[in-house]
Amino acid sequence: MEVTETWYLVLSALLFSIGFFGLLVRRNPLVMFMCIELMLNAVNITFVAFSTALDDIAGRTAVFFVLVVAAAEVVVGLSLVVAIMRRRPALTADDLTALKG
Amino acid sequence: MVDLLVFLVSAAIILGGAIGVVLNNHPVRAALSLVASFFGVAVLFVAQGAHFLAFVQVVVYAGAIVVLILFVIMLLGVDRTEDIRFEPLAGQRSAAAVIAGMVLALVLGGLFLSGPGGSDGAVALTGTKSRTAPISQLNESDADVQLLAEDLFTRNVLAFEATALLLTIATVGAVVMVRNRGAEEVVVDEPGTARG
Repeated sequence: MEVTETWYLVLSALLFSIGFFGLLVRRNPLVMFMCIELMLNAVNITFVAFSTALDDIAGRTAVFFVLVVAAAEVVVGLSLVVAIMRRRPALTADDLTALKG
Repeated sequence: MVDLLVFLVSAAIILGGAIGVVLNNHPVRAALSLVASFFGVAVLFVAQGAHFLAFVQVVVYAGAIVVLILFVIMLLGVDRTEDIRFEPLAGQRSAAAVIAGMVLALVLGGLFLSGPGGSDGAVALTGTKSRTAPISQLNESDADVQLLAEDLFTRNVLAFEATALLLTIATVGAVVMVRNRGAEEVVVDEPGTARG
């Protein structure tokens, strides 16, 4: 049995859905970040699978940019978490209701 | 046969790590499951010949990003666990499961209904082929980093510069946000005794 890119795409869809479910369910902001990273990795798997299937390097370049944006996102997001948690320890995502209408 | 085995083992590690991230109530264990998942993705990159991306995946994701997350977990108190058996919003989990299942069904539907499998299915999803640089021109011993660098520094050089700017802004923004303003004011108020 040969591993085609369809296998990679199915794996990527499963990983994305797990990350998405975790993002919706978990309330610890750090775990929510990890779930976002899972979703980004699912997209990376898709990019590399298509890059291999279409015999084109452009998909791998896109993975490179996804990596950079993920790093920047983690830096900004974690500094936000630290800045908020200094004032209010034991924070969950449900407690951030300052913008509630 | 080896390809199949590699794929199945790494897929099991990836999905197991992902489920571990979602189901572990301790953040440190969730972060370590995340490392397992990232390593599985790196193995899949190697299996497809993307050696440089696998290397970067391990260094940046499994190295820098997870260490940063672990650092923040330790900084904020490592003993804070969340009781995940308790569901604060009634019906949240079942609703989330339904929505995630719908996303999965949407993606798989797009994958399997968009045309025949194989390379044609990929074309059906991504549009017509407009090839920039074919990977198949590489020899077996060549690394893909050469093609990647050519594509990055010729066709995508503006985006590359933009990411450099983005990283600088993110770093400066992080420093500004986390800076401890209280300690700074003490120094400003007493300029003569700052070194005392």
